[in-house]
Amino acid sequence: MFLHGYLPAILEGLRSTLAVSAVSLAIACIFGFVGAAAKLSGSRAANIAADAYTTLIRGLPELVLLLLIFYGGQIMINRLADRAGLGYIDINPFIAGTTTLGFIFGAYLTETFRGAILAIPRGQAEAGQAYGMSRLLVLRRIVLPQMVRHAIPGFTNNWLVMIKATALLSIIGLDDMVHRANLASAATREPFTFYAAIGAIYLAVTTVSILVLGWVERRFSLGVRKVEF
Amino acid sequence: MIDWALIAESLPAYWKGLQVSLILMAICVSASFLLSVPLAIARVSPNPWLAKPVFLYTYVIRGTPLLVQLYMIYFGLAQFEWLRESAAWPLFRNAWFCAWLAFALNSTAYTTEILAGALRQTPNGELEAARSLGLSTASIYRRILLPSAIRRALPQYGNELVMVMHATSIASAVTIVELTRTARDVYYNSLAPLEAFGMVAVFYFVITFTLVGIVKLLEGRFLKHLRPKSADIRPTEMTPA
Repeated sequence: MFLHGYLPAILEGLRSTLAVSAVSLAIACIFGFVGAAAKLSGSRAANIAADAYTTLIRGLPELVLLLLIFYGGQIMINRLADRAGLGYIDINPFIAGTTTLGFIFGAYLTETFRGAILAIPRGQAEAGQAYGMSRLLVLRRIVLPQMVRHAIPGFTNNWLVMIKATALLSIIGLDDMVHRANLASAATREPFTFYAAIGAIYLAVTTVSILVLGWVERRFSLGVRKVEF
Repeated sequence: MIDWALIAESLPAYWKGLQVSLILMAICVSASFLLSVPLAIARVSPNPWLAKPVFLYTYVIRGTPLLVQLYMIYFGLAQFEWLRESAAWPLFRNAWFCAWLAFALNSTAYTTEILAGALRQTPNGELEAARSLGLSTASIYRRILLPSAIRRALPQYGNELVMVMHATSIASAVTIVELTRTARDVYYNSLAPLEAFGMVAVFYFVITFTLVGIVKLLEGRFLKHLRPKSADIRPTEMTPA
């Protein structure tokens, strides 16, 4: 039988992998926007804080940050809960994983978004303001739509790295695709079959992502002529 | 709040872990560099029989998680009886060999793409000049294309070195006692996560920025000709949008 009937179980793991990736991406986008705003703001304190954030993340392996936040965060939160007179709080791997991955990739997205915003000619935002648009309206109508085009390549890259990084969450006990493959290979004694199977699924997910994001990039670059050599 | 005694006591263990991490990194990086030079040449070759298989290899490796690749080699290969009975089995039973193989294959894929990208950026005139001087293809690669491509690839290659360094932490998943495994052991014995993982974070941080510093020095040496001539020419000041 194909995969000894474990395919549904693995696909359920895939759902968990995709859910973690999607939630982490949303969190990373928030961190990325805040970080980019801080780096581009005139405030010195915000610049230093954002630089410290991106430097720290780039200096550490994802796995170490994951363990630090999962186990360290657990202790910190329970110390606080203890002080507040609450009972034991258990952080589940889903929450710890998405927060950590969001925090890590938020640092990379900070750089992506910062670059994308800087790539838009300043005159455009000035022109918008000259028409009496509010700062928020300039951001929504002028900066954001054009930023997408510049941000997509870096964004695609980060998304691909992040999907692959979710595999590490199986180490802190998330019931994802890798964990399902671990269980299935222990039960059937055919580890290669199952790890190859989930490898193929990861490859399918990254391939689809590349195709979709490539289409989005073309869609947002419609008005821009390519250089022809 | 911080248990300094625990940190002092476990420092020798971290020191050992550091050596293991660095050795693992060094053998992976040297293997992947040696492999990726010929692969990058094949990748940019006009002959599809050379270029396509290399593309397939880098695509598959870059599209799947390193952890899964490592599991496939370390846990997965035991599934095949012919391998278990072959002379190579003592190698594949060894966590060190498997981690080395997985990391080297993984890093080779990324390094190949970096080098291939740098080769493609070669100005056409350089190639034409070399051909018009009657240099053979081999010496064009050895004398002209590779030296300049490797220089151009240096900044990205530096990133790849940092990635490999960070990837060695994944070896902790297959019983190798490198830095991360040391931290996990310290944590399991003391249940003090902030000390155990905070300490290892300091180690990784120092190694990462030492690597970054070395690459910067190399860039200063090998990319000197690309620096702006006068001190006045600086990248434009970043201004808020």
